[in-house]
Parts: sequence; C-alpha cells; structure tokens
Amino acid sequence: MKDLIKRVVETYGPAGNERRIRELLQSEIAPFVDEMRIDALGNLIALKRGGGKKLMLAAHMDEIGVMVTHIDKNGFLRFYPVGGLSPLTLLGNRVVFENGTVGVIGAEKLEAQKDLTLHKLFIDIGATSKEEAETKVGLGDVAAMMREFADLGKRLVAKAMDDRIACAILVEALKEVKHAAYDIYAVFTTQEEVGLRGARVAAYGITPDLGIAVDVTRTGDTPEAMVMDVSLGQGPTVKIRDSSLICTPSVRKFMEEVAVQNGIKYQLEVLEAGGTDAGAIQLTKGGIPAGVMSIPCRYIHTASEMVDYDDVLNGVKLLTHIMETEFKG
Amino acid sequence: MLLKKLSEAFGPSGCEGDVRNVLLEELTPYVQEWQRDALGNLIAVKPHPRGPRVMLAAHMDECGLMVSSIDRSGLLRFRKVGGIDDRVLVSKHVVIGPKKISGIIGAKAIHLQKPEERSQVIPLSGLYIDIGAKSKEDAEKLVKIGDYAVFATEYKALSDTVVVGKSFDNRAGCAILAEILKEDFALDLFGAFTVQEEVGLRGAGVAAYGISPDLAIVLEGTTCNDLPPSKEHGYCTTLGGGPALTAMDASVICDKAMIGELLRLAKENDIPIQFKRSITGGSDGGRINQTKDGIPVVVISVPCRYIHSPVSMLSLTDFNHTLQLVKLFLTSIAEGGFTR
Repeated sequence: MKDLIKRVVETYGPAGNERRIRELLQSEIAPFVDEMRIDALGNLIALKRGGGKKLMLAAHMDEIGVMVTHIDKNGFLRFYPVGGLSPLTLLGNRVVFENGTVGVIGAEKLEAQKDLTLHKLFIDIGATSKEEAETKVGLGDVAAMMREFADLGKRLVAKAMDDRIACAILVEALKEVKHAAYDIYAVFTTQEEVGLRGARVAAYGITPDLGIAVDVTRTGDTPEAMVMDVSLGQGPTVKIRDSSLICTPSVRKFMEEVAVQNGIKYQLEVLEAGGTDAGAIQLTKGGIPAGVMSIPCRYIHTASEMVDYDDVLNGVKLLTHIMETEFKG
Repeated sequence: MLLKKLSEAFGPSGCEGDVRNVLLEELTPYVQEWQRDALGNLIAVKPHPRGPRVMLAAHMDECGLMVSSIDRSGLLRFRKVGGIDDRVLVSKHVVIGPKKISGIIGAKAIHLQKPEERSQVIPLSGLYIDIGAKSKEDAEKLVKIGDYAVFATEYKALSDTVVVGKSFDNRAGCAILAEILKEDFALDLFGAFTVQEEVGLRGAGVAAYGISPDLAIVLEGTTCNDLPPSKEHGYCTTLGGGPALTAMDASVICDKAMIGELLRLAKENDIPIQFKRSITGGSDGGRINQTKDGIPVVVISVPCRYIHSPVSMLSLTDFNHTLQLVKLFLTSIAEGGFTR
C-alpha cells in the first residue's frame, strides 16, 4: 500500500485544480467499482453496488496551494493562499505548478521575524523578466507544495497526507470489500480546503442515507503540543465533534461497534478547530446522519505531514468493515 | 442614461423595489417573460429550445442604513445595512423611506469635541440623522422605525470616460445585464437581478435553486484600489484596466474552463482584461456555485473605486469592455464553440 500512498500524495491537485489527482484515482478504482461520474464541481463519484441503503464515503482529493495574483517586472510572483497556510512554514519551501514549473518561496526584507506575513512573501521561478515568467505561469495559476514521500518505517511523511492518505484508504477499502451492505458511493471530493464545497454539492446529488467522511486530524503527542487526546499509532479515530459538526450519535456508536466487533484499535476524537466534509453532508437537504473516521496526523498544512502506517492499515480495516455492516440507526 | 437611473435609484438590501421598477420599465420592450420569487429576485426569462441553460446574475441591492429609533428631539438613530465604513458617514446627505425624506447624518461639531474624541472614529452611537424635525411627533409624520436610508448622490461625469455616482456596486452589473437582455442569443437565458447580496449573498442562492442553470455568469462592480500607498501587487483592480475576472474569492473558485474561454476571447478581440488580486469578500458566485448538485460559475467585474461609500467611480471604457466581453462569451456558448 505504501506504493499507492506515494503515488497519491505526490500527485498535483490543489483546491479547484484536481484534474490530475482525479485521473489517477479514476484509474486506481476503475476495476473495483460499477460506475463512475464527475459532477459540475469536479467531484469523482464512484458507485459500488451492494443493494440496500445509500452510503456516501467522502475523502477529499484537494490539497492546499498558492494562487498567483501578480507578476512583477523582474518575474517574481505574488500569491494568495488556497486553503489555510502559514507564512512560517511556507518560507524556503518549493512549490510546483501543474505544468511542472518549480518555484521557491522567498521573503522581502523584514525588520523582525514577527513581521513575516503572507503579503511579504513571493515566488521565484527563476525568471528574469515578466515576459519570461509569463511563458511559464499565468495569473490565477495555482502551485502545490513540492516534497517527496518519505518512508520512515513505522511513520510516513509527505505533503498532502491531508487528505490523500484518506483517498488511499478509500481506494484500498474498495479493493478489499467483499460483501457490500450498501450501494456505496465513494466520493473523492474537491475544494474541501476552501470550505467543504465539493462534498456539499456531491451529497445533494447523491442524497445518501448515511455519510461518512475520512480525513486527517490533529494530535497532542509532540513536545509542548496543544492538549488533545489523540496520538499517532493508537488507531484511526471515531470523531465526536469538530467545528463543522457534532457527529450523529447513532453513526458514532455504529462506527465504534464495528471497530470493537472486529478487534480494530481506535481512539475517540474531539477536535477543537477545523472542519470536515461530513459537516457539509450532514446539513444537506432535510439532514443526513453523518460521522467521520480520521487518521491522526502531525504537522498538518505543512510540506511534511506525518502519519503512522499501522493507523493507516487499521483505517482500511475499519472502513472495509463499515462497508460490510448494515447501519440500523 | 440607464446607469444614471440605476445609480440614483433607492435600493438598499431588502428594499429593492425602485431598482426593480427601473429595470422593468427599461426592459419591458425586450423581455416577454418575467419571474419574481419570494425573496424579491427579478428574473428575466428568454427561453430558447437549445441549451445550455445560462444564468446571468447581478445584485440590485446596495449598502444603506435603517432607522432604529426616534429620539424625543426628533433625531433618528440608525443601524447599518451591509458593510459601510463608519468613517464615511459623518455629515453626509441621505434620503429616507418611501417618501424620500432628506436628512443629514449629524454628530457633535469639532469645536465641542474633547481631544480624545477628535482622535477617534465617531461610533454609530454618536451619530444620528437630522431631518429638521422639532420633536418625535414631528419626525413621525415623515419617517418611521424600519425605514431605510441611502446616500443622496447624483450621478455625474468627470470626463468623457470617468463617471461618479452611488452604488456602482452593483448598479454597474445591473446596467450591463440589462443591456445584454436587450439582445437575443441562441441560448436558454435567465437574467437574474438578485436581492440582499450585501447582507450575505441571500438572493442569489434561491434564484439559482429556482433556475437550476447549467452554468452561471455573475456581473459585479468590485473594489479598485490602484492608489497610494498600495504597491502594485497589492492593487485589487486597476481603473481602466478592463473587466476584472475573479479566479478565487472567499466564497468561490471560479470555473477554469470558463476563465480560459474569457481570456481567449479577450485576447482575440483586443479587450484589456485583469484578474482581481484580492480574495477577501464573497460574491453571489459562491452561493450559486454551491446550489443543488453544483453550478460552474465565473465572476466578471467592472472595477469601481470607493465602493461602499457615498460615491463610487468607474471608467465607461471598462464598462463597455465588460459588456462586449460578456456578449462575446454568450455568443461563443450559443455557437457551441465553448463546452465545459
């Protein structure tokens, strides 16, 4: 599975620019699903028939990025963040555009480090004039973080673990599932990082009976970390709440029961800040029961997001068993 | 001139009737079918057997004020409707309510202010509208609580190309949409003049739900700060720089295929074009984009300096270029030259 993870995390696909990652995922899941379609917002919606209720599983395929807003006469680019980005973790990083153009994030002269804001940063693509830069990039183009996948043994590090690790888990679970207890709508959603936008319209189009998002969550297990009772290696989480939703109690209970019955290690998650696609799904039409399984992840929204491989494998197990167990709530 | 009429019309969020009437009067010879929904959106329907179903949207409402209480002395206290900068309110002439009563936003004169008051923005609680009434009873003959007020600003040309007036955000968009509706395109076209954008994009979402278009084009008058002390990369848009495309704002990422076609058409027809360099603030595009199972959207704006103040400024060259570009885009869609 590490090979799949490497391919999925390294592929380009910031919010609103998901074509490449969508094409990769399409080819990965094609043998394991009955139907596929792409909606107006670019969501990849795959159906695996098992009869019964409609289960929507959502993993967002978009990642954070930077959008070009201005090209100056010397060929330097100014940008705005696409999704939640910190200037602290951008400075010195490399970014890459869809056409392969590589850039370095530099900063204006600063009086003090605390003056570092996104407005003080620029991208240097090695061009020496506006005209030269314009042959490589245009206004509105979006670059993603550029960083190779690293296998540290137990732990895996890459850009875009948020939320490609969930995409990889959903792909694996679609391969593994033997007796689907639902008509499973596996949705690789777009534009989560800018406001859960893909999931909202996908859920409207599907109108599922049950929605479960797979995403990453923060941890409290690093030096002087914020207080949070989630750690790497303690299993995928069953979410209780975050800022976008309070998980439907019957769905949370169902997910916990599936984990217990199948001896899968899991932890409970209360996330103080941050939202997931499930928040949008839950409020669709007349309301949809919704829950979340998260993979604990350190250093979220940086170029080096870290997850635990056992958590990933347990995530695949839990998701597969969820697909095979009828929700009666 | 239509832009003048629209600019001078009274139409704060939730009270867009006068703007609706100006549009209906202007467009009656050209539009056979109208819809008016529960929120007050006015939708011109120009059906055509061939698709796609295209929604054009421009919000009619403007930022304004609302009378919240009347003092014993006959002075009116008020709240803001939409995002107006408190600093632009003092000493401005406004018109209030259905009878269009004139009033002045008053505050303590500078001679009477304490030094610390002079260094601060006067809070809303220190402002009132003075309609020259002698008492509460006197004032109540002319206005009542809940009446809206808007700035009393006359449209004026500063040169052949530069004009000033109130609420070009978004009467500029309304004027462009009206001009488009005077022509026929081989498209199933819905021209939606929406309400309540300034208080939270409220009209556009329900209009889009009712129309269910295949794609939507939002027409706006947008911020333009091509002025000191901003550096060039901080300019939101440039006056005279042509129609401004939104790649992304706080509410929407616009459709890449539609943006690509607009750029192509602009280049082919020598129309100057720019991208908006600010992502703050939302637009009707966001609400339309998130309607039902998703609607691809582009937002095209006329750059307007000093929006959300008593007077805004635009370039008629930008206005005409925007109109020309949108017409070319509709023709391209109708001819099937553009598909998503």
